[in-house]
Amino acid sequence: MNILKTTALTALVGALAMPAMAEQRVLKLFTDASDPAPKAAFEQLVAGFEAENPDVTVEVNTFDHEGYKTAIRNFLTADSPDLANWYAGNRMAPFVKAGQFVDVSDVWEENGLKDSLSSALSSMTIDGKQWGVPYTYYQWGIYYNKDVYAKAGVEEPTTWDEFISNCEKFQEIGVDCLTTGTKALWPAAGIFDYLDLRTNGYDFHMQLTNGEVPWTDERVRNVFAEWAKVVPYTSKNVAAIDWQDAASNIVQGKAANYVMGNFAVATFKDGGMTNDTLGFMDFPTINPNIPRAEEAPTDTIHIPAGAKNVEDAKKFLAYLARADVQSAVNATLGQLPINKNSEVGDDPFLQQGFEVLSTAEGGIAQFFDRDAPAQMAKAGMEGFQEFMAYPDHLDAILERLEKMRQRIYKD
Amino acid sequence: MTDSSVPASRNSGAFTPRRKLGRKLAPWLFLAPGMIMFLVYVIIPIGQSMWISFFQWDGLSPKSWVGIENYIELLDDEAFYTSLKNNVIWLVLYMLAIPFGLFIALFLNQTVRGIRIYKSLFFFPFVISQVVVGLIFSWFYAPGFGLLFELTKIFGGEGIAVLANPHTVTYGIIVAGLWPQIAYCMILYLTGLNAVAPDQIEAARLDGAKGIKMLWYVVLPQLRPATFIAVVVTVIGALRSFDLVSIMTDGGPFGSSRVLSYYMYEQALSEYGYRMGYGAAIAVVLFAIMMIFISGFIWKMWRDERGL
Repeated sequence: MNILKTTALTALVGALAMPAMAEQRVLKLFTDASDPAPKAAFEQLVAGFEAENPDVTVEVNTFDHEGYKTAIRNFLTADSPDLANWYAGNRMAPFVKAGQFVDVSDVWEENGLKDSLSSALSSMTIDGKQWGVPYTYYQWGIYYNKDVYAKAGVEEPTTWDEFISNCEKFQEIGVDCLTTGTKALWPAAGIFDYLDLRTNGYDFHMQLTNGEVPWTDERVRNVFAEWAKVVPYTSKNVAAIDWQDAASNIVQGKAANYVMGNFAVATFKDGGMTNDTLGFMDFPTINPNIPRAEEAPTDTIHIPAGAKNVEDAKKFLAYLARADVQSAVNATLGQLPINKNSEVGDDPFLQQGFEVLSTAEGGIAQFFDRDAPAQMAKAGMEGFQEFMAYPDHLDAILERLEKMRQRIYKD
Repeated sequence: MTDSSVPASRNSGAFTPRRKLGRKLAPWLFLAPGMIMFLVYVIIPIGQSMWISFFQWDGLSPKSWVGIENYIELLDDEAFYTSLKNNVIWLVLYMLAIPFGLFIALFLNQTVRGIRIYKSLFFFPFVISQVVVGLIFSWFYAPGFGLLFELTKIFGGEGIAVLANPHTVTYGIIVAGLWPQIAYCMILYLTGLNAVAPDQIEAARLDGAKGIKMLWYVVLPQLRPATFIAVVVTVIGALRSFDLVSIMTDGGPFGSSRVLSYYMYEQALSEYGYRMGYGAAIAVVLFAIMMIFISGFIWKMWRDERGL
């Protein structure tokens, strides 16, 4: 609010005193940071940048988080800002391929970002060039109810077999071993991604999401075979449940484990869980010979092709990539900085997540709906949802996905 | 409707050619704003949709011509057939709104103290937004805390999650849709009942008609205009059902509650879509289906008007 007011005021003053202070440059930033924490983080970011560059005024235009996904397609072509936030991986590919984002490889080169942001380099690179700057990500993994673990008398598992045998113990005390809510589809993809990363590894997962491997491949079937082991112990009717409602299964002790992203911690804690009752673990090992890969969706800022003030926009990206800036922004966001020289807040889940991600030798995936092109993501996630309800439909599901793959990646 | 040419022809001798021209021009001038609007916002977009349906286009990159490939793909698309089947189910079951609406209207068409309050209460579901209706029903069905789920759990042991089951989900949504639609049909019939001639009822009663016979032979024929409108709005409502599907299930579980309008939105405009051409092809199919009904309605109206 304050920012808006100041911006409005500056704009007004600027307009009135135009001849006197003609050098005040404007940088337009469009963002989907409509939730409280992201909004505060962006205000902080902009205030910091303006303090260091007094001759630049940043005009922030905040969109509703969901509406932004549609809006970006319109404003990139019609009324382009100088900066816009988006996501890494295949999610930015359509814009890059349509020439809607500016190549910012020079920003990476000049500021040594290939080193300091190395963990996100591959997900920001298309055709050997970098197309934006990442500023935050968060880990995925299994969140669990420690009280339920104690009640069932089981320990945190490190292998998938242990996880499954724990499930039998949970069943004995009438608790769902695994819960999720797939009404919005994507939570099911978290489970698939991890099973694939643990069964076949990062490289295979990327080939699959890039459409280089048929869905009817034996290795894909192996993933679903692992998944089938946990389906009987999974909450019922998950297809009609929102992920937040499923979170209450964990809070109320009706379920033990939930494959989720770190943003869910706030939801668990709103429900009354504390650092003593909520636990986090890395997804258990399935094939020990595969280098451990993780899932960490990355948020980014890009310069649209229609930007008018590219020079200051690049300055902003360089600022955004700095270690101290990423530390501060992510402290507000409650997420993890990408710059390896940044500091992580003392929240135990963030600490754990930072540890897990920075030691992932296998690679960092972006999440199924960002790694796979949009249509494949949708079809895939529907398939996962169907598999959880009807594991015996597997053949039909895989054949359908294979048909989609052959069409979607054709061009 | 009196014949306007009668006074005109009587006075025609007094008209100068200029005034005659004015007479000819005036209707078009008055119609022009409406016609331009209709052209720009209805006719041209229909043409554009058809045009786009022959392209592959993501809304950003240049369009590429694919001919009728989108339609060929539709023929081999399971999701399209699911949507089509669901649209048929919607169309058939939505018709229930008409007899139910009639029944409630007959029931409410009496002079009791406070009847206006009851009428407004029955009309209430039509006043609230479809989004609210959808939310109320999805909570009603919700596994874990929904009323229906808990009730079936008490009586049947296992709770029924209507919206999680691909076999029941469409019916669950239609029930939610019927709630406001019944209220709509009810209000149409209530106004219709006001216009029923009391002397005919009186006469029928003297002839000994009552109950069902009275309804069928005396009241219903007089309600024909109301029935016609009720059928029209219900058919159109069923075919363009979108809000409830979007709010209650997002087309799920695994796409089993999709209808054509939702599938079109999903393909063309949703987060995972942006296949403008394919979405447009679905829109064209939906438009063709609607045209069958709409031309039927228009033909009937035209015939009725000529009959007058």
